[in-house]
Parts: sequence; C-alpha cells; structure tokens
Amino acid sequence: MSGPAEYIFFAAAAMTVGAAILVAILPNILYAAVALLFSFAGVAGLYVLLSADFLAATQILVYVGGIIVLLLFAVFLSNRISDTKITNPTHFRLPAATICLVLFGVLSYAAVSTPYAVKKGVYLPTAADIGELLMTRYLLPFEVASVLLLAALIGAALLSRPDRPAPEKGDMEEGKR
Amino acid sequence: MEALAISLVNAVPLLAGVPLWAVTLLLMVVVAAVILVFALTFEGVGSLVLRKVAGDIQARIGPNRVGPNGMLQFLADGVKLVLKEDLIPANADRLLFKLAPYFAFVGSFAAFVVVPFGVGLIAADLNIGIYYVMAVTSLVVIGVLLAGWSSNNKWALLGGMRAAAQIVSYEIPVGMALIPAVLIAGSLSLQDIVRSQSGLLGIFGWNLFHNPFTFFSFFLYFTAAQAETNQTPFDLPEAESELVSGYNVEYSGIRFGLFFLSEFGDMFIVATLSTACFLGGWNVPFFNAGTLPWIWGNLFSLGVFLAKAFTMVLIMMWVRWTLPRLRVDQLMRMAWKYLVPLTFVNLLGVSLWLLVFKGKGIPAMIASLFG
Repeated sequence: MSGPAEYIFFAAAAMTVGAAILVAILPNILYAAVALLFSFAGVAGLYVLLSADFLAATQILVYVGGIIVLLLFAVFLSNRISDTKITNPTHFRLPAATICLVLFGVLSYAAVSTPYAVKKGVYLPTAADIGELLMTRYLLPFEVASVLLLAALIGAALLSRPDRPAPEKGDMEEGKR
Repeated sequence: MEALAISLVNAVPLLAGVPLWAVTLLLMVVVAAVILVFALTFEGVGSLVLRKVAGDIQARIGPNRVGPNGMLQFLADGVKLVLKEDLIPANADRLLFKLAPYFAFVGSFAAFVVVPFGVGLIAADLNIGIYYVMAVTSLVVIGVLLAGWSSNNKWALLGGMRAAAQIVSYEIPVGMALIPAVLIAGSLSLQDIVRSQSGLLGIFGWNLFHNPFTFFSFFLYFTAAQAETNQTPFDLPEAESELVSGYNVEYSGIRFGLFFLSEFGDMFIVATLSTACFLGGWNVPFFNAGTLPWIWGNLFSLGVFLAKAFTMVLIMMWVRWTLPRLRVDQLMRMAWKYLVPLTFVNLLGVSLWLLVFKGKGIPAMIASLFG
C-alpha cells in the first residue's frame, strides 16, 4: 500500500478509533450514538479500501440505517425523554480495566501473529460470490440467524403489546374509532 | 474514473508531470460539482414546478410575481434561504441541531453518484449500485430523527419520530420491489439493469412489461417509495395541518434549505430508480443511442433519461396534490399488512417465472413465435 491509499487508510482508521473513544467517554448518550455512527462509517471506509464494496454498503445499511436508528428510537421513546444526562457509569473500574487489557492483549496478539494472505491490486465484484456462498455453503447459519431474528421480532412484538383483553370483533373497522 | 484520468493525462501534455491519483481526485471533484449543480437546479426548478402544479390542480394560479409567469420564483426563494438568519432555538441541543441537516442532505445527495444519466454518464458505476442507494439513503433517517429531537419542540419530535418510523417501515417493500429488476439483469449495477432492458423489443423490452409480476412490482415500488420519501398521501411527518411542518419546524435559512433539498433529491432518486429499473432507463424503442457519433449518443441518452425521470416526478406531484393524507395506523397497516406481504409474493412470482421460463419475458416469447 502506498500513495493516497495509505493516507485514506489512516484517515479511516483514525475516524474509527477516534469516534470509538468518543463513544466511550461522552457523557451524553445521544452524542455517543452520533459518534458511534462516525465509527461505523470509518469501518465502512476501511471495507471500501479492502475492495469489499458489498460489505461496506451492508455496514452502512445495517449499522447506520438500523442499529443507530434503533439506539436513537430507544433513547427517544424512553420515559424521561427530556433527560439526556444518561451517563456512562464508572463502577467496577479495576475489573473492567483488567478485562479490557486482557482482551486488548489477545486481540493485538491475534492481529499481529496472523499470517494474512496478501493479494495485490485485486478488485473484483464480491456481491455475486457472497450471494452464492450464502445460498450454498453457509445456508444453514444464514437460515438459523434469520430464525433467531424472527424469534426476537415476535418476542419484541409480544412484550410491547399492552395488557388488555382481546379486542372485540370489528374493533379495527374504520367506523368504530 | 481512473480510465478517464489516464486518457486525460495522455491527451493533455501539461498534465504529464502530475501524479495520476491527483488527476483522478480532481476529476472526482469536478464530477461531484457537476452533479451538485444539477441537483440544486433540479431542486430549485422542481420546487417551482411543484407549486405551479399545485396551483393548476387546485384551480388557482400559483407563484406569478417574480419574473414572467413567476418563473424566477425559485431564484428568489434560493436567495431568501441563503440570506435568512440562521436561528437556533434557545433550548435546542445546539450541536445536534446544526449537524442534523447535513446527515439528511448527504444521505440524499450521495445517492446521485450511481444515477445512470445516460450511456457512460454515471459518476461511479458501482457494481452494487441499487444496494448502495438503499444504504446511503438510510442516513436521511438519522438526520430527520436528530432534527426532530434536537429542536426540543413537540411538533418537531413527533414529526421526526413519524418520519423515521415511516422510512424504516417502507424501506423493506421498496427494496423487495426493486429486486425483480436485479434478478432479471443479474446485476446490482444500475447501468447493467438499464442495459438489460435495451434491444429490439422496444418498450416491451422494459422490465415493466417483462412479466405480470414485474408490472405489478413497478406499482408496488412507486407506492412504497412515495411513502419512503414522505410524499403526500404519506406526508404524516410534516402534516402541516396537525404538526405545522414536522421535524424541520424550528429550522430557518440554509439549514431548512438543506432539508428541503434532501426532500427533492429523494424525489428525484425515486424517479430515477423507477425509470432505470422498470421504464428502460435511457433506452428508446428501435434506436440504440450508443451508435451515435462523438458525444451525441451520451447527450441523446441523457435527454431520454431525464425526460422519463421528470415525467415520473410530475406523476409524483400529481399524486401529491390529489390524494388526502392517511392516518398513522392506516400508514403502518398499509406497510406491514399489505405492501410487505405483496412484495414478497411478487418477488417469489418473479423468481419462479425466471426459473420456469429461463429468464424470458412475455414479449420475448411472443417475439420468438414469429422467429
């Protein structure tokens, strides 16, 4: 990697890491959510740099269009809507720091010691291959994940239903509102 | 883009010493500026046409003071928007309030990158074209939600929540209704989808007439997209009679302008996608624009594409001023109980059709009867 690609990599990486740090330290949960958005966008930029275009678009679609929107909804719909001072509590500092350091060590060891297969100057469309793999080799995990999501969806719908007796017949008709 | 940069470096001796990536970058900026100018012009003129169409449909004159027949009204509006004081409510969340319009505008403008304006006229022919549009337009939701919340105004918050719920719900039928075009072309790239509809069949080569399911999915897409862009009859987020103006009620000046622009940009993107995916894009019957000499082919196809897209925009305006607004529960019922199941059934129908008839549409089969 040389030339502008290197700068783009460092810019995207800096955006990812910087925004992630902001997520951890910002006291306002909404600001943290927006910082998380930039972190996800930085990761998408890294994917683009790796010529994983489909993955990059998925990153934006799922994380920015889905997860962040969900986070914002959760904050807005919570009871104390005007209260934005939902801080990141700092309890259990020592165990938390230990776990973080150990995790950091494991991840950085894995990142440094993995023998990566480096390919030079390859840019091929990935969407078709990903689709084919999802329909053949990874069909079972794909379907299991779908079923899991469906179960979560049904559970959420069930939980959010108000406790009231079953509506009388015709309650959904236009004229009876 | 890089191929263009290489040919430019070869053609202009002055550029010989400049690194290739710099020329490419410069080209990208130029192309982005051209598209931005196009988008802004479309949005300006579009706002005027919208008001004129509204006037015609409601049997009144519409804007008629600035310029002949009020034709320069959009310039006056633009100047007003730029010069107006940028008000921020005292109790607003200043940072998010300032940031929100940019999310909305970026989300809508980024989709212009893959608009197939004509033969070879596309800023970036991404091979994930349609998917990219679906992804970047989801940024609009964030902008709208943040705008509604940070204004610290109940109307704005209600409008923002409604808008976000609506966009998130209708994203699913929109995506599902576009997949038939992707299946027929075998590619996500918008240029490939347009190319798959060219040929000797004329307008019957368009995906709209490919088979009954694609005909149906065009209307499903158009309905769902109308809702996704918060157009009447689905304009609950800004329902001026109940929410004043919805999420952008506290905005003034250029920040309001950005929301306004993103709304018109979305409108154009919907028109673009329906043109490219179902109405043959820049194809015209019995004529291949690619055979014209020099840049005439590109210009001709650009004209054809814009004519089709603008027709779609006019139809959207017509619908907008004709139908009354839905209620919130009706809106959600329509998305989840009708549009989502219908689009899934439709997708299944198209897939089965392509499987059974080996990808051939009805017009192609009829044509093959006559040799």
